[in-house]
Amino acid sequence: MGLGAYLCVSAALLVIGIALMLARRNILYVLMGLELILNAANINFVAFARFSASPLDGRMFAIFVIILAAAEAAVALAIILHVVQLFHSVKPSAVDRLRE
Amino acid sequence: MPLPDFDPTTDFTLLGVAALLPLVAAVLCWVVGRRLPGGGGFLGTLATGVAAAIGLFLFGHALHQSGAGGEPFRWFSREHGLSFDVLASRADAPGPSLPFGILYDGLGSAMFAVVTTISFLVHLYSIGYMREDPRRHVYFGNIGLFTTAMLGLVLADNLLLLFVCWELMGFASWLLIGHYAHDPLSPRRELSARAATKAFLTTRIGDVCLLLALGMLYSHYGTLELSQLWRVVGEEVGRNSGVFPEWLLWTGMLILVGVIGKSAQFPLHGWLPDAMEGPTPVSAMIHAATMVAAGVFLLGRSYPLLAPAVLDTAAVVGAFTAIFAATVASAQNGIKAVLAWSTISQLGFMVAAVGLGGVVAGMFHMVTHAFFKACLFLSAGSVIHGSANEHDLSRMGGLRKSMPITFACMALATMAIAGVPLFAGFYSKDAILQVAFERAAVDHGGPGMFASIALPVAAAFTSFYMFRLLFLAFFGAPRTAHQAHESHWTLLVPLIVLAALSVVGGHLWVATPMDLFAHDVQPWFRELVSLTSLYGTPAVGVIHGIDPDQSRAIHSSALAVSIAAAGLGLVIAWLVYVRNARTPSPSERKSHALSRAAASSYHMDQLAHAVVVAPVRSLARLCAGVDRHLVDGAVVGGGWAARLAGLLSAAFDRVVVDGAVNALGALVALCGSLLRLLQTGRIQQYAAFALIGGIAAAAWLILSP
Repeated sequence: MGLGAYLCVSAALLVIGIALMLARRNILYVLMGLELILNAANINFVAFARFSASPLDGRMFAIFVIILAAAEAAVALAIILHVVQLFHSVKPSAVDRLRE
Repeated sequence: MPLPDFDPTTDFTLLGVAALLPLVAAVLCWVVGRRLPGGGGFLGTLATGVAAAIGLFLFGHALHQSGAGGEPFRWFSREHGLSFDVLASRADAPGPSLPFGILYDGLGSAMFAVVTTISFLVHLYSIGYMREDPRRHVYFGNIGLFTTAMLGLVLADNLLLLFVCWELMGFASWLLIGHYAHDPLSPRRELSARAATKAFLTTRIGDVCLLLALGMLYSHYGTLELSQLWRVVGEEVGRNSGVFPEWLLWTGMLILVGVIGKSAQFPLHGWLPDAMEGPTPVSAMIHAATMVAAGVFLLGRSYPLLAPAVLDTAAVVGAFTAIFAATVASAQNGIKAVLAWSTISQLGFMVAAVGLGGVVAGMFHMVTHAFFKACLFLSAGSVIHGSANEHDLSRMGGLRKSMPITFACMALATMAIAGVPLFAGFYSKDAILQVAFERAAVDHGGPGMFASIALPVAAAFTSFYMFRLLFLAFFGAPRTAHQAHESHWTLLVPLIVLAALSVVGGHLWVATPMDLFAHDVQPWFRELVSLTSLYGTPAVGVIHGIDPDQSRAIHSSALAVSIAAAGLGLVIAWLVYVRNARTPSPSERKSHALSRAAASSYHMDQLAHAVVVAPVRSLARLCAGVDRHLVDGAVVGGGWAARLAGLLSAAFDRVVVDGAVNALGALVALCGSLLRLLQTGRIQQYAAFALIGGIAAAAWLILSP
């Protein structure tokens, strides 16, 4: 299996993630879309590492991204919990108070 | 007791102190009088008492010195270095000088003593009379100012200082006549305010003329000092072969108008009868010692400046006023109204005397008149005070028994004014009649003839109306139920003193008082005051060409006429008001047209109203109309123009300036609202923008060469 297949999967994940992030009416799905985008990037890192001369660099980045995603997910979920408490809604469009 | 001679080093200071003491008391009364017992009346009484003592003491000097013969009694403070220069110029820049000093001569000394004495008695009287007045401290202050003004006028050696005091006196009289105008409880509030204004405005006519005369004299001679004026006018007339220059004639006329205004002569007499709206002691002051006496005094002081035509006018005006006012007085029912008209009549005697050349006789009458007129007014005040503010003679009567002391004093003063022999008024009136007869004998007609007919008739009327007053008030049966009572001692003491002066004032120093026909014996006043002692030189216009025999015959006939006139008036008054016990009817219901006219003073006030007041009012109304329509119109038009300009300016401001600012603001707001459309607050949208931005950046990186 060549590099192109990996990239195709990665691009598909990216597109799905973007679609989730922009279109879903539930903020949890938006968060999930974000995770998919990060994982699309991880796949790219790992794939390029498999087909390059020095395979460790890409894997290291993937591990960093996973750690970063975990931290991000923790902060984001805490924010979402507060948002739900404040606005009684999980719609991202409900949270537009900063517009004023 | 031999009196020392006049000592200029100390006595001028004494005079100045005596003249200013009443003013000091007045200022104290104005400032702290409210807190003093009796409104501070004792202060003024004390001050005028001291002034009177000084006045009498120095008057003693004058009598002593003039009685001893030799130099006439005349003292100028300027000659002793005592003067005050109002135009004091620096030594390095000499300019005009106008020094004020004191002139103290026989006339001045007599007048000074009279004014201080009467003012003292009036003060004493006022303590009792004004006891219940809440504004008596103001009253005492004003009367002190009045006294000082008159004393300054008497002592002035300078026409300008005299004029200043003259004006001050007008002001003080305005304050005093209008005294009750400030009392909200007084029923005569309105009347007294009007009377005060009338007095002030009427005398103002004379004051303006006098000021013009002063200006003319100063512009021609550069001095207003009396003795210099007497000298330079004499010299100028001498150069001009005895004829007065025309401008001097008109100056004299202007001075005469000043005198007519101040001394209430026809036709400016209307203010004096109204002036009795003031408190009665003020009337005594005005009628006896101050104000009206000032006019006659000025006539005496300015006599050498007056051209013969002016003197003739004065004689005619005076004689006419004497008879005119005497007839009016005979028809009055108010006790003070009779006395007021009587004053006008007596002042007519004085003015006529000076006009006929009898300055000494006129001044003599002024002094004796001061005594008995003050006594009469204060007695009238005592009657009014004792009979519950009753002014109307027709409702008095029988007061002889309830007010014996007042009656005695008033009777003595009445005999004095009527010219009963041996009383003060007899001597002075006799002297005036003699002057009139002498002038008539010299001129064979003219003002002398007119005066020698008018004055005896006026004298008979004087006797009639004064005894009428006496009989109506004190004789017969009481006409009201009110029980009259005798007044307080502070009211009676001045009455008694003045009554005594009315009796002896004319002949205290005559060698043979009982010998009526002793032609050569001079009364004290003529010893003290002669034309030479008054003006330094025998003045122009004196009666010439009378030999001693003729003079003696004229004196005898004047005496006979005078006694006959007094007796005639007395007898008629007795017949009508005692024998027939007639009660006067109110003025509007008098039976005879003539007496009705006289009671309303020949409608002079109405005439004055029609001739002067009404035209002045219509002129004022015209001026007001011009003011309202033309001047106000211009002002209002200007206002409208300014308003229009303001509106235009405001519109420019609003449209152009505000418009520019607003447009800028609107532009900014427009941009803001456009940009706000991007700011939706939706995170997904922001994410989309970020994505689009990222794609664009990537595309630019990739596609750019």
